[in-house]
Amino acid sequence: MLRGVSKRIKSIKFALLSPDEIRKMSATKVITADTYDDDGFPIDMGLMDSHLGVIEPGLRCKTCGGKVDDCPGHFGHIDLAMPVIHVGYVKEIKKLLQATCRKCGRLLLRDEEIRAYEKEMEALDKIGGTKLDKTIMAKETARDAAKRQICPHCDTEQSKITLDKPTTFREDGHKLTPKEVRERLERIRDDDLPSMGINPNVARPEWMILTALLVPPVTVRPSITLESGDRSEDDLTHKLVDVLRINQRLRENRDAGAPQLIVEDLWELLQYHITTYFDNQTSGIPPARHRSGRPLKTLVQRLKGKEGRFRSNLSGKRVNFSARTVISPDPLLSINEVGVPVEAARELTVPLHVQQYNMDWVQELVKRGPLPEGDGYIPGVNYVIRQDGRRIRVTDKNAETVAETVDIGYIVERQLQEGDIVLFNRQPSLHRMSMMAHEVRIMPFKTFRFNLAVCPPYNADFDGDEMNLHVLQSEEARAEAKILMRVQEHILSPRFGGPVIGAIHDHISGGFLMTHRDSKFDMEQSSRILSFVGDLKLPKAGIVEDGVDYWTGKQLFSLAIPDDLNMVFRASICQNCDTCDKEDCESDAYVKVVDGEIISGTVDEKSIGAFNGKILDKIARDYGSDRARTFIDQATKFAIGAIMVRGFTTGIDDEDIPESEKMKIAEILQKAVDGVSALVQAYKEGDLEQMPGRSLEETLEVEAMKKLGRARDDAGNHAGKHLGLENSAVIMARSGARGSMLNLSQMAGCVGQQAVRGERISRGYWNRTLPHFPKGDLGAEAKGFVKSCYKSGLSPTEYFFHSMGGREGLVDTAVRTSRSGYMQRRLINALEDLKVKEDRSVRNTADTIVQFKFGEDGIDPSRSVQGRAVDVDDILRDVLGPKKFATLPDERVVRRYGELEEGMEMTEEEAEGRSGGD
Amino acid sequence: MEHRLVPEHHLVSEKDEGTILEGLKVHRDQLPRIRRNDPCVQLLERKHGPIEEGRVIKIVRLSETSGVSVAYRLVVGR
Repeated sequence: MLRGVSKRIKSIKFALLSPDEIRKMSATKVITADTYDDDGFPIDMGLMDSHLGVIEPGLRCKTCGGKVDDCPGHFGHIDLAMPVIHVGYVKEIKKLLQATCRKCGRLLLRDEEIRAYEKEMEALDKIGGTKLDKTIMAKETARDAAKRQICPHCDTEQSKITLDKPTTFREDGHKLTPKEVRERLERIRDDDLPSMGINPNVARPEWMILTALLVPPVTVRPSITLESGDRSEDDLTHKLVDVLRINQRLRENRDAGAPQLIVEDLWELLQYHITTYFDNQTSGIPPARHRSGRPLKTLVQRLKGKEGRFRSNLSGKRVNFSARTVISPDPLLSINEVGVPVEAARELTVPLHVQQYNMDWVQELVKRGPLPEGDGYIPGVNYVIRQDGRRIRVTDKNAETVAETVDIGYIVERQLQEGDIVLFNRQPSLHRMSMMAHEVRIMPFKTFRFNLAVCPPYNADFDGDEMNLHVLQSEEARAEAKILMRVQEHILSPRFGGPVIGAIHDHISGGFLMTHRDSKFDMEQSSRILSFVGDLKLPKAGIVEDGVDYWTGKQLFSLAIPDDLNMVFRASICQNCDTCDKEDCESDAYVKVVDGEIISGTVDEKSIGAFNGKILDKIARDYGSDRARTFIDQATKFAIGAIMVRGFTTGIDDEDIPESEKMKIAEILQKAVDGVSALVQAYKEGDLEQMPGRSLEETLEVEAMKKLGRARDDAGNHAGKHLGLENSAVIMARSGARGSMLNLSQMAGCVGQQAVRGERISRGYWNRTLPHFPKGDLGAEAKGFVKSCYKSGLSPTEYFFHSMGGREGLVDTAVRTSRSGYMQRRLINALEDLKVKEDRSVRNTADTIVQFKFGEDGIDPSRSVQGRAVDVDDILRDVLGPKKFATLPDERVVRRYGELEEGMEMTEEEAEGRSGGD
Repeated sequence: MEHRLVPEHHLVSEKDEGTILEGLKVHRDQLPRIRRNDPCVQLLERKHGPIEEGRVIKIVRLSETSGVSVAYRLVVGR
């Protein structure tokens, strides 16, 4: 497919266009501001001159004779009546004016200094200095030169040159006309330029002042014909019309000997138009506007920013063979699969290269046409591409005849079929797991479907999210995607060396219900659970009660675990007792797996969850991605089976607590509120004991916050006493499926103190938050303490304070995402072309070393154990055997691990506490 | 140099430079750079006398994951 590529770019040279060059490359001089005559044909020497290219089909270019698609367009030019400064170069012009003599034009340095700087510049070239190094160097030279007050060559005293943004130069307050500036730049000698980073052979400084303006080809600024027959010109054309008009008036006035003042005014107007022609967002001048008031989009605007040529058309572009639609879940698909609607599959195609070996089969395929009839989905063919590149659309009518003509070398575009490898992506694509390869499953209905365990890497939910799908077009791409990008290869994340793909929400509740304590299932239930997975044999019943066979949930779940897996860890529901009872744990939180059998403990988030799943992590690490994929597929299906057999629901009555407890909670809260009043009293009377390093006011705030925080926790604990593990909401919170105990205590007990900027709410009216409170009230309720719980509802003032806290949270997230997005962009721009070479060093495109070993330790973070290179305990257990080395993380040899984990939990709790307000 | 965040810097003898560069299979230009007026280089100059442009500095960092990690830098002017 590399048609016509015969040359490689070795280097790119940037230079200035000289007026001569502009005139030489110009196809025609443009003198009239008119575009088309009454018949709709382009006017000669007008802005739409047919020498500048063609945009209307049927016409031919007068320069090259080509038709619409053959003629690339040709430049024209406008001869300016008076020279004008180019806005893009004002900085350089200023630098040059300041560094050179106003009379003789020499660089304001002694000859030997000039030579020394020149040498340094050459040296920089030799050791491979970048463009940036040179610019810095040139700047230093210019700065040194500008310091001289008297020219070392002609002894002329220099005066101060200032720049009046954007384009006016002044010398000691006198305006310098572009003509004068140009004369000065002309005087600078070629020999002086290299030391300032300018190559005089390609860029004379006076060329930065325009005497001729290049007119871009009409293909660059095509006019659009509206359906009403009116023509609408491009913004650039509009701007060029302005330039031409003023240029014409300036010339007439100057030639007629008009007063200097009028000529100068017109000159400045011309400068304005040419400045905005280049950049319509130049600071210091009003942007040129369209008649409707919309600012014109001129040259710089076409290139700059997110919607500019570079970021939107060159770094990224729209593609074919892709689809986008809403996503929805399907727990019965494998994590490697994606459900594609029939409608999409019929449009998306895979190219088949016709060869001897597949001739017959391809012809058979083409014969089917674009819409084969039959049972279920049968892939057809949309297009056939001949050797000469011509596309033939296959229809029901011509399918037979086209099939006959298919020959070796043809390309047949086959519709998507089951098992094809496609890329699946959700924006924002923040990490490599945002784009993974899936296998296609053709399905009815109109959404893309995938397994819920793959939600975390995409950060997807199903509240209307849309995702993109791309069909790979070459054999190499498919092979690469299958080996490197398949979902199962991304179970372990390089972000933290643990699984990102794993059980979520109901999977975890289901796992809990299936395996907690002595949950058991009869024959019918067990069969139902196992049937979700398919080819599995029911093991021997674990329990026989009254002659009836029962299977324990642990027994059933163990079917998904590899037979030789051994491990011990604490489940999510662990209470962190002072002494661990191990296998006899009160809450069945001590998970022990021996030879693939769960001996004790509950399967919850810590076992199979995304991010935390220990069993999942170990299987992915020790048994490979294939085994990990089957484990996730099976374990999640078991969990779903179990939750469906038992049934699971939650509602507002899950937060019901007895009336007596409500009274107790009210009492606790009242006590705390009174306590705060007492503190305020003490503060007012001056009895409050000041804390070291804090003012009296701060002491009061801290004490009050502490007291109220404790009260909320107490209220929550009291409420929590009545919410046991038989409660659905508690099951979800404790097992790690969704929500936290804090959320529950806010619903059942007390919402707690609302905060803005980490402090009690203090803003609003003069000396008070709301007019409901007396001025100067520092009590709990007046400063945003919410006594109520979500279930009973908030009072109006509480509701208001709660909204304040909630709003702050929203603003914070909005600010955070935009800022981190920008940071991400900068990081990626800096790192995008770094590459790990064969010797494990990290190098850039110039092949210079960035890191001697990847990450300075050569460790692949996705294969590390929570960031560490080796899991010492795991190795010990392997060597000593599971019986001799069956310990929990915090009892292990490597103490640091435990400390680290503890630290992490702290921050998690902190974060939760902060977001607890909303 | 005493601070725990500043890694060890060593001047590589001209004799060893060749073997090191060969071992890494790099040309001198491909090394990361360090300025001659970098405080660490200046400190080394106090010990070894003036260090010319083009010499190689060895930097030894302590790493949590790999014990020590060694890097080299080329001395450049300015």
